[in-house]
Amino acid sequence: MTERIEIENVTLAALQERFGDQILETHCFRGDATAIVAKEAIMAVLEFLRTDSRLDYCMLTDETAVDYLNYPQARRARFEVVYHLYSLSKNCRVRIKVPVSASDVLPSATRLWKTADWLEREIWDMFGLRFEGHPNLKRILTHHEFVGHALRKDYPVKRRQPLSSNDTLMDEMEKRLVAKGLK
Amino acid sequence: MGLESFFGDSFFTTRIDAIINWGRMNSLFPMPYATACCGIEVMGMLSSVYDIARFGAEAVRFSPRQSDLLIVAGTVNYKQGVILKQFYEQMPEPKYVIAMGVCASSGGFYDNYCVVQGIDEIIPVDIYVGGCPPRPEAVLDAVIKIQEQRIKKQTVLEPTAAGTKIHLP
Amino acid sequence: MNRIGPRDMEEAQRLAVAEREALLRQEREFHQELHTELMFLNLGPSHPASHGTLRTFVALDGETIAAAVAEIGYLHRGFEKTTEHRTYNQVIPYTDRLNYVSAILNNIGFSKAVEKLMGIEITDRCKFIRVIVGELMRIVDHLVCNGTNIVDIGALSNFWYLYNQREKVYDILDKLTGARLTNSYTRIGGLARDFYPGCTDDILVALKDIERACVDTIKLVQKNRIFLDRTQDICVLSKEDAIAAGFTGPCLRATGVPYDVRKAHPYYYYDTFDWEVPVGSVGDTYDRIFVRFEEINQSCSIIRQAIEQLPGGPVNVEDKRVTLPPKNQTYQNIEGLINHFKIIFEGTKAPLGEVYDCTEAANGELGFYLVSDGSGFPYRNRCRPPCFMIFSAFPEMVEGHMIADAIATLGSLNIVAGELER
Repeated sequence: MTERIEIENVTLAALQERFGDQILETHCFRGDATAIVAKEAIMAVLEFLRTDSRLDYCMLTDETAVDYLNYPQARRARFEVVYHLYSLSKNCRVRIKVPVSASDVLPSATRLWKTADWLEREIWDMFGLRFEGHPNLKRILTHHEFVGHALRKDYPVKRRQPLSSNDTLMDEMEKRLVAKGLK
Repeated sequence: MGLESFFGDSFFTTRIDAIINWGRMNSLFPMPYATACCGIEVMGMLSSVYDIARFGAEAVRFSPRQSDLLIVAGTVNYKQGVILKQFYEQMPEPKYVIAMGVCASSGGFYDNYCVVQGIDEIIPVDIYVGGCPPRPEAVLDAVIKIQEQRIKKQTVLEPTAAGTKIHLP
Repeated sequence: MNRIGPRDMEEAQRLAVAEREALLRQEREFHQELHTELMFLNLGPSHPASHGTLRTFVALDGETIAAAVAEIGYLHRGFEKTTEHRTYNQVIPYTDRLNYVSAILNNIGFSKAVEKLMGIEITDRCKFIRVIVGELMRIVDHLVCNGTNIVDIGALSNFWYLYNQREKVYDILDKLTGARLTNSYTRIGGLARDFYPGCTDDILVALKDIERACVDTIKLVQKNRIFLDRTQDICVLSKEDAIAAGFTGPCLRATGVPYDVRKAHPYYYYDTFDWEVPVGSVGDTYDRIFVRFEEINQSCSIIRQAIEQLPGGPVNVEDKRVTLPPKNQTYQNIEGLINHFKIIFEGTKAPLGEVYDCTEAANGELGFYLVSDGSGFPYRNRCRPPCFMIFSAFPEMVEGHMIADAIATLGSLNIVAGELER
């Protein structure tokens, strides 16, 4: 247990050493190593965490976002995209947070971890945050005629949006067939 | 007319309605439209401990064109609602619908942006079964009520119209 | 009359193989001359073998899937948004309905995350009971998964063998929690109620029946030629692909990675029990099914050990902010009444901050990321569903295989739509 805390502290120390000012804040509330990173450096930070042999964060367990619109404490931006990383070989976890505003576009993490594909689609669907370089940024949980982004704090819980007809999925299928060389 | 006295036990007379209703009642083909947790209880009802086969309704058909009892088990959201409507329209008459569970009856405790607040917004329902999920015995009771209060009272010329109230004892 | 000897049998087999190869060669040449078109078909979202509301849109070349695209969202019930308006204890019934086949495991996952956020240490008896009931639910989940998977392959008797044992477990849970399926057994800081007298004996009897049912099922399928042909080397996933896709749980362990949250980040005394993590070798459907059978055995062993070591004492933490006061206090003095009122209406207030905590649910690492704004309602309640990552890899896994293989694989991945789409 103490080894894990040490390695997690090593992670935070390594991040601060390499990226300096770009790491805006670090904390360990309830034992979860967390680093808040500026959005310009996020791709470099994620790549460093993944490829560095001391750290080896091979698994992206979760990627989500939080809307701090009604939060009692002032935050750097309205949204924060949160990445939870896990290292199988070192058995330790780290949380990376990136403050973004509604119009910012973050680079997509799909080129590092394939998990990020659907996770970023969900962030787009629920929060309206775009990711550059994502292969298919489409709604995933709500239907294709949904207007608005459901998990934003200014979207009322009970605003219902009926659907008239289902998505045929032919556009995604065309892309897939082209990718497989069958068209 | 005394036909029975003439021919003895070789014949019995009945009304056409009664014999057709008897056939329909005791060989319902349910279509378990299972979306969520209630689907697990439907599977429990179909298996040997609660046994819907006692009531003749064991031949589940997963195609709407071959079934007459639609058991909507689970939450229906707007995306699924379009499909539910297609299903209902593909079923041949006479057809009966059981809304199983509170999610299908009224949206359950999901009062939010994506859940249909009761499938009667989309299709007509014959009987609502409460519970989250309802016990399999409750759904069996619903099937029996449909058999006795809907099917038994049908006539060949006027197939059932959802809207006549089912009476609970 | 000549008796057919071994040499004749070998000769006959060799001829049969040569004939079959010649036929296949002819068929392939014939197909190359035919101009075929791709056919598009929807598998789901309302399909008996799709295990819930999953839609896979496939392009078929004969029976083989040339390309596949998956769509989810047919059971999106707004868990995350709705629970932002509920107190932490009121969220627990919502967590039941995530992976509804093993409801208590979700309750445990959520309660553990909230207890971490609030800094509450639950009692030992509570930990052991959560382990016992959690492992029982894991067994039920694996029984359902394997039962429905094998029935999709075509073996119906196993479905009844495995399914009927669930009814025995449901009877126990009915007596213990009041509900068969969606139990809401845990509370923040403890449990809804303690074990009833005789509960542990009932559980031990049920375990014997479950083990016998598993042995019966395995005897029927383990050497069956059809079962082996339909599950071995079907939809193989390598270790690297599984890790890149974010797999956890039995699907990851089937590929050979021994990652289990109960061993990696032990909680509730899992490191004191004597048990092993079953690991597969190839990562095909056969491995996934048998890893689950072996996990049932390991869970039975853990439950027996936990029942032996079950300590006495209270089940709920002695903390006025968290645990409801006993009913005689609530009805007879004003402090008890106000305490009860505040906990129910305002919820137990959590400190400002955020936490991520995970447990090993039946499908993998079930995580909850909670952000608290200091009130009794979660500001952000994110559930990290293990099935989400697993299903995102499904379209690529089935491309190149036939529809029947896709169905067998879908069953082996144990996708529960409630958890996938929250």
